[in-house]
This record gives sequence, C-alpha cells and structure tokens, in this order.
Amino acid sequence: MIDLCAATAVLAMVAYAVLAGADFGGGVWDLLARGPRKDEQRAAIARAMGPVWEANHVWLIFVVVVFFSAFPAGWALYTTALAAPLRVMLLGIVLRGVAFVFRAYAPQYAGGHATERWGAVFGAASIVTPFLLGACVGAISAGDMSWLSPIALSMGAAFASLCAWLAAVFLTVETEGEVQEDFRARALIAGAIVIAGALFTLPLTVRLAPHLWSGLMGRALPVVAIGIVSGALAIFLVHRRRYRLARLAAASQVTSVIVGWAIAQHPFLIYPTMTLESAAAPEATLRFVLYSLPFGLAIIGPSFWYLFRVFKGEAARLT
Amino acid sequence: MNALTAARVQMELSLGFHIVFAALGIGMPLLMLLAEWLHLRTGEPHYRELAKKWGKATALLFVVGAVSGTALSFELGLLWPKFMAFAGPVVGPAFALEGYAFLIEAIFIGLYLYGWDRMTPRAHFWSGVPVAVSGMLSGVLVVGANAWMQSPRGYTATNGKVIDVDMFATFKNPSWLPLAIHSTLSCYIAVGFAVAGVYALGMLRGRREKYHRSALLLAAALGAIASVLQPLSGHKVAEMVGHTQPEKLAAMEAHYKTQSGAPALLGGLPDDKTGEVHYGIHIPKVLSILATGDLNGTVKGLEEFPRDERPNVMLCHIAFQVMVGCGMALIGLGGLFFLVWRKRRDDLPRWLLWMLALAAPLGFFALEAGWIVTEAGRQPWIIYRVMRTRDAVTPRTDVGVTLLVYVLLYGVLTVALISLLRSLAKKDAKEGHT
Repeated sequence: MIDLCAATAVLAMVAYAVLAGADFGGGVWDLLARGPRKDEQRAAIARAMGPVWEANHVWLIFVVVVFFSAFPAGWALYTTALAAPLRVMLLGIVLRGVAFVFRAYAPQYAGGHATERWGAVFGAASIVTPFLLGACVGAISAGDMSWLSPIALSMGAAFASLCAWLAAVFLTVETEGEVQEDFRARALIAGAIVIAGALFTLPLTVRLAPHLWSGLMGRALPVVAIGIVSGALAIFLVHRRRYRLARLAAASQVTSVIVGWAIAQHPFLIYPTMTLESAAAPEATLRFVLYSLPFGLAIIGPSFWYLFRVFKGEAARLT
Repeated sequence: MNALTAARVQMELSLGFHIVFAALGIGMPLLMLLAEWLHLRTGEPHYRELAKKWGKATALLFVVGAVSGTALSFELGLLWPKFMAFAGPVVGPAFALEGYAFLIEAIFIGLYLYGWDRMTPRAHFWSGVPVAVSGMLSGVLVVGANAWMQSPRGYTATNGKVIDVDMFATFKNPSWLPLAIHSTLSCYIAVGFAVAGVYALGMLRGRREKYHRSALLLAAALGAIASVLQPLSGHKVAEMVGHTQPEKLAAMEAHYKTQSGAPALLGGLPDDKTGEVHYGIHIPKVLSILATGDLNGTVKGLEEFPRDERPNVMLCHIAFQVMVGCGMALIGLGGLFFLVWRKRRDDLPRWLLWMLALAAPLGFFALEAGWIVTEAGRQPWIIYRVMRTRDAVTPRTDVGVTLLVYVLLYGVLTVALISLLRSLAKKDAKEGHT
C-alpha cells in the first residue's frame, strides 16, 4: 500500500517533468531566442505552451497533495529543511506563470517595454525554477538536505538542461521550415549538455550519495539502461530529423531518469533516517489516495487526450 | 517581528490574495457560460463577444489564482510543518479530490480559451461547463479541509500522531456543508456585483449599446440571486457555529455574558478588559433566534471560556459587522436594480449606475471579512481545541524575510494585473461593440 502510494507520487512527478518540464524549457529558449528568426521562435513557443501549460503545471500540486496526504511526516521534514530553496522556487513558479500570461496580454503597441520586461521575467524564472527543483532533489539524494552541495547544484543544472532539451525536441514537432531547423540545432546542443551533465553528476553520486549510486547500478539498472539508450536514440533521431519519434524517445528518457532515481532511492525519503514506512499516513488515508486514483484518472485521462488532440494533433497543425 | 507573527501575516496575506482570485475563478466561468449559452440560443453575436471577453478575463485571473494556489500548497508546509504532519492524513482526501478538480479546470480552460475556432459551437460551450463546475468544486473541497480545522473529528490520535482516519470524515463534518454553501454563494455575489459595477461605469461613460446592457444585466442577476439566498445559508452557519464553536459566535457578536433571549449587536466597540460594549445598539432576542432558532434560547457568552482560549473579539466583531453590512447593502441594491430595470430597461438612470459602480467592491469586502471571521474566530487554535497555532509554526527564524518578498511580489502583481485588465477593457471600447 505504501509503495503503491509512493508509485502514484512518482507517476505524477513523471507527468509533471515531461509535460511541465518542456514548458520550463520553452521559457529557457524564449530567453535565449537569437538570430534572424527570434520573433518566430518566441511565437512558436507561446503557441505551443499557451493552451496546455496550466494543465501541465497542476501536476505539481497533485504531487504535493499526494505527498503530504500519504507521507505527512516526510513532507514536514522536507518543507522545514529545504525551506530556503523551496521559497525561492515558489517565487519562480508564481513569476513564470504570471509573466507568461501577462506578456501575452500586455498592450503590444504602447511602447512594447511591458512585453519585453515580462518576457525577461518569464525566461529567468523558467531557468531558476527547475534548477532549484533539481537542487532539492539533489539535497534529498545526498541525505544531508544541503541544497548548496556540489551534488545538489549539479543536479539542479542537470534538471534545467533536461527541460531545455525536452522543449527543443518537442518544438521541432510543432514548427516547420527554418524555425524547425533552429530548434533542431538547439536540441542537439542541449542534448550534448545533458550528456555532459550526466557524466558530471554520476561520479559525484559515487562519492556523495553512495546509497543512490548502488541503487542505480543495482535494482534500478534496467531503467537506467533504458534511459541511456532512449536518450542516445533521441539525439540520433533529432539528427536524422525524425522528430515525432525523437519526442517519444526524449519523453521515455526523462521518465526513466525519474523512475530510476525513485527505485534507487527506495525505500528512503531521507537517507538513512526516514523511510517511506516511518513517514506514512494511516492506512485509511493511503487507501483513499489509491482508490480515488482510477476514478480521477478516468476523468483526467480522456480530458488530457482531448486537450492534446485539439491543440497538438495533425488537424491542429493544419489550421 | 517573531516567527509566529511573520508566519501568520504571510499566511493571511497569501490567502487573502488567493481568495480574490479563487472567487473570480468560481464566478467568472459561470458568467462566461451564461453569455455563450445565450449566444447559442439567440444567435446574437454580442453575447459571443461577451463570452470571449469574459473568457479572456477569466484566463488572466485564473493564472494568478493557480500560481498563488500552488504557492499556498507549499506554504502550508513551509510555515506550519507540525500542522501538516498531523493534519495531512485527515485533510489529504479533500485536497486530493481538489487536485483532480483543479486538473480538470486547467485542462478545460485551455480548451475553452484557445478552442473558439477549433471546435463546433456546441462542443465549445460544453468545454466551458467543466471549468465552472470544477472551479466551484475546488472551492467546496478546500472549504472541506478548513471545516475540519473548525470542528475536527473522524480520526484517532495517540502521542500527537494520527493513527486512524475515517476517509470520508471531511464530508461528514458538521461545518462543511454550511460553510461550503455560504462561501460559494459569497463568490457569486462578489463576482456578480463587481462585474456589474465595471459595466455600470462603462455605461456612465456613454457606452450604452446592447453589449454593455446585457453584460450589466447578466452580472447583476447573478449577484442579486445569490445575495437573496445568502441570509438563509448565513443562518445555517450561525446555528452550526453556535453549536460547534460557541466562543467564535460570542466573539462575532461581542457577547460576553451567557443569557437566554440574547440580543444581536449592531455596531459597538467591545472592551475586552471589562467585558462591556460601548456605542452599540442591541436588538432584543435576535441572536437567540439566529443561533438556536428559539426566541428565548440560551447563548453562551465569552465569560464561559478561559481568556487564553478566546479569539480576538474586536477583530471578529468588526469583521462580522462588515460582512453583514456589505451583504445587506447588496441585497438591497440587487432588489432596487431589478425594480428600476423592469420599468426603464433601455434607459437606466445615472444614479442607479453610480450606485452599482460604487458597490462593485462590497462583495469582495464581505468575502474577505467573512473569511477573517472564520479564521480569526478559530484562534488561538490552528485545529480547534487540538493544536494551537503557536505550536504549529515552523522552527525556522527567517520567515520575516520571505514575508517581505511576498508583500512586494503580491503588490507588483496587483498593480500589473489592474493595468492589464484596464487595457483589456479599453481594447473593448476601441473595437466598438455595437
């Protein structure tokens, strides 16, 4: 029961990472928009994010709610020990969301400064937020809850670059012509950075989070392998301009990273002092979280499918 | 400022800010749907324009509600970790369901807003329905979590840890239904009259075409209907509070001495030291009727409760008066509007438009004041008679810094939002709806 609840939280984390991760990455590319097609790039990002980013964002709330319902003691410890980075991250979340929408509503012809200012806030917050989220995961991984440790900082950088990579890959599917080529180039650069980040972070794990390392090389190895293979495959597919398949591979890569981490970390919420079991809520709460899941998903699933069909399907591209 | 005060102020600020957008997220989708439904029925294009405009405003407000709500879901833990460790398992189910409702709302708001040209008119209308329904349900479910803090039950705890929970405790809680209905209605009142006020102002500036007239009528109808129902639900809440939290009811009424046939107090400044009220008007027996349904029912006074378990009487009493006062004023205004409207619908008099414009914020004052009564009236407890607020606060000492940042952040957001809404309205005037 406890493990199933943890799995629910992990699945929601995957949904958040794949869907909202790409939205954060969109913000990164908005900030880094360069070259003659700067405005087209920004327009493509705004078009891709507009209808879906709020729904994607809500997965985070879902993760939080499942977490504090099912593992209240763990949540209390996380929010106390990681208060500083979490507060800054919240600031990032608030500013990212409002800046994106406020920019879209800012009067276009009244000087245009408002548009630029909100755009800068949107981009900056889109980098800071996933960075701090990654740093928190790093702090939890090391078990010392220090978000300024080398492993936390490198995981933060890895998260931010993963978001940028995902976004670039997703955007190649939603653009055409020269803008598409722009995002292809960006995807390849980001892909290289992700690989570099992984090569830098993993050795740190050996030293600073040995329990995680042994988990990654033990129980979680199959998942880690899937992650590495699909990551390499995604870069290859982007290179060959097979964007739809690349999107699938990149999503599978991010999924494996999170699932692999969760399997390796299991059963610890904080190594070595707090396990899932010691932090768990009474059985009845866990049962509610689990039993409500199929009903919830029965409504959420088709709704999401409809949302993406209307805005991301073939038909949507032609209109 | 110590950590407890800073944490309380930050929570009050965050919730007080969020509550405005939550209310708009409940009320605006209903208005936008009404307009679109009228468009589908009558084929009149100005209703479609109205639905589009209100949809845009909803989206702008929804994003602030969504991100400030996300901030709150973290702040509960960041500011009150011991509360969350204890209460998480009990209020979790309500929040989990709210999570689903919120997901649905966010999905369909995307569809509604960006889907005008991608769906059939009928499908588009139906894509808006889940926005209004789940927005309302989100509010009802969050109130469920709050209701448990007011009258905690349905769980077993030993050594400060919850060991067993009734999964449906939230929905069996006596505080839940009255509070949920009362707060939902208050959202419709606040939004209805606020929107009506905006369009009344537009008409005062000479924009009296169909578009403005329909907008005013729809919004005023929503506010007026909800406001007429509100006293009934308020009565139910008063009965429930008298039953579950007698000291809160006593504080609301600045009612110090237990008595039968207790009077209601109009105005007045309570003096906590002497237990007397200055400058107030007592209306005989009304409090007894409200709280017990009996002219001579006995209502417990604050004297029955130890001083360190009483809420802030001055604050509760004034907030309660503000809530009731604003509510009554709006009921009167709603009635007046429809009386005049029946006779002069095409030529609404300027004095009435001025009254509507001036009354625009009253619904939100009532909403905030009512929320202050509920929360301040529960103090000094965070969970009524189970956990004191001061025992739940985070051990961290740096809360003051984040408070400052939040004050700045919400200040900037408010200013930016107002200027954007104004430009949205101006665009409206330029396009010249006829």
